[in-house]
Amino acid sequence: MNFLKDTDVRPLLLVPALGLMAWPLMGASWSTWLTLTVAGLAMGMIIFVMASGLTLVFGLMDVLNFGHGLFIALGAFVATTVLGGMSAWTESADWGANLIAVLMAMAVAMAVAAAVGLAFERFIVRPVYGQHLKQILITMGGMIIGEELIKVMWGPQQIALPMPEALRGAVLWGDAAIEKYRLFAVGVGLVVMAAQLWVLSRTKVGLLIRAGVQDREMVESLGYRIRLLFVGVFVVGSALAGLAGVMWGLYQQSVTPQIGAQVNVLIFIVIIIGGLGSTGGAVIGALLVGLMANYTGYLAPKLALFSNIVLMAAVLLWRPQGVYPVANR
Amino acid sequence: MSAPLLKLEGVHTHIGVYHILHGVDLVVPRGQLTMLLGRNGVGKTTTLRTIMGLWAASQGRITFAGDNITSLNTPSIAQKSIAYVPENMGIFADLTVKENMVLAARHARNQSQMDEQRLEWIFELFPAIQKFWNHSAGKLSGGQKQMLAMSRAMVEPRDLLIVDEPSKGLAPAMVDNMIDAFKRLKDSGVTILLVEQNLHFAQQLGDTVAVMDDGRVVYAGSMQSLTDDEKLQHSLLGLAL
Repeated sequence: MNFLKDTDVRPLLLVPALGLMAWPLMGASWSTWLTLTVAGLAMGMIIFVMASGLTLVFGLMDVLNFGHGLFIALGAFVATTVLGGMSAWTESADWGANLIAVLMAMAVAMAVAAAVGLAFERFIVRPVYGQHLKQILITMGGMIIGEELIKVMWGPQQIALPMPEALRGAVLWGDAAIEKYRLFAVGVGLVVMAAQLWVLSRTKVGLLIRAGVQDREMVESLGYRIRLLFVGVFVVGSALAGLAGVMWGLYQQSVTPQIGAQVNVLIFIVIIIGGLGSTGGAVIGALLVGLMANYTGYLAPKLALFSNIVLMAAVLLWRPQGVYPVANR
Repeated sequence: MSAPLLKLEGVHTHIGVYHILHGVDLVVPRGQLTMLLGRNGVGKTTTLRTIMGLWAASQGRITFAGDNITSLNTPSIAQKSIAYVPENMGIFADLTVKENMVLAARHARNQSQMDEQRLEWIFELFPAIQKFWNHSAGKLSGGQKQMLAMSRAMVEPRDLLIVDEPSKGLAPAMVDNMIDAFKRLKDSGVTILLVEQNLHFAQQLGDTVAVMDDGRVVYAGSMQSLTDDEKLQHSLLGLAL
């Protein structure tokens, strides 16, 4: 009960409020609203998986990593290779075989993104600790080089990433057709979110991360090596971006080397809305961005990205440090 | 005087272009409470931060229990069994009181692995810690936050406790409570280095004293001799104890 007493619940109401506000704009069509809402939640959960590592990286070490999109692109391209090599499994009518193929693609993408993340932290980020301008320039440069290397390995063209058989099609609920993959993405996103929240709230490592985001100097004064913690968070954040890359590639059903750079803006909007360093805030931010992108994409497609910038501005007018600002920062 | 646990010899510290410490010599005897006094801005906090490795000494030598710790990083220094309470208390406001305490207990992964007897002792000294155990630390009052900062430093046995202005901003009743806590800590045998502006506080607790001025220690001796010499107090601190 103390948890509830201490938790500010108002930001939690933003997500249902946005959904309710969109309802009359859809002409009160239940099926359209439900389809767009599920699509928005699915997109939001994928963006949360992308953004959750980045927000902790910023919170822990004040590192602005504009190269985060590289890990997303890498994950998506690894998925094309793994799922392409397992086409017999993905085209099988057996959903178990489909699931194994997707899980395999996710596991390999996470491993590759984690390994590249480790090297990225060591050679690109570490030399520019505490220097924000250099961080922006060098991490962007790292992403551009990474994209070029992806073109060398996979080619510059768009590659199709067909969905496994079991995830194709839609589930009908009344007049609403909800794509199976979107439900799957929401499920994966919820599992990742639950695992993250469990680690952050129930383990000592999680406690150290949360404390480090607030006051890393004090964590070091208690005898903990925050640099090691940061490397760990950076690597896990990269792996999660790789996982999100697989999910985003399947969501789009195709991948390009710029796939990561294209979502970078959305990720930064999410972590700014959420409050830099706040995982709970990133969940809210990602769901808001996902819903807003889908609602606006339907109502006024040309305003889709602009609408999220307006959303961010509106949130910042209400809470200049994001919906859940981290204390002591 | 007992053997020194902590010793600073000719320590200089620069922060950016500013030269703050100009050769600090300081001895903290084992098992005693040493007060570090001085006017505002003479380098007391910088001295503590330099000991903890939060700012690097540009010159000089710091030894702890005979080991040279001058160039060690902050976690390594803390792991030598030194607890530090900074001036801003360093409370993790988004964490609960319990989580703050679990974090300070380096050898415990959760509450069940914490030393129960020690926890009882802390609850006895600071009942507010037990009362607000599951509450957000950010919601505590200033005095309660200082109690939490002290409790964190005491949650596991440490050889040296370094505390920066523990009475700052506390109500008089709370200051008495804090004095009592330090007396009991002293009785437990822990060595303490305290920076303090509250002279009543300093007089009640200090065994030895060092007075700083302009980035160096200008007087070191027993607290009793400083208390007994009003002229010296005026010349060093600008006021009498």
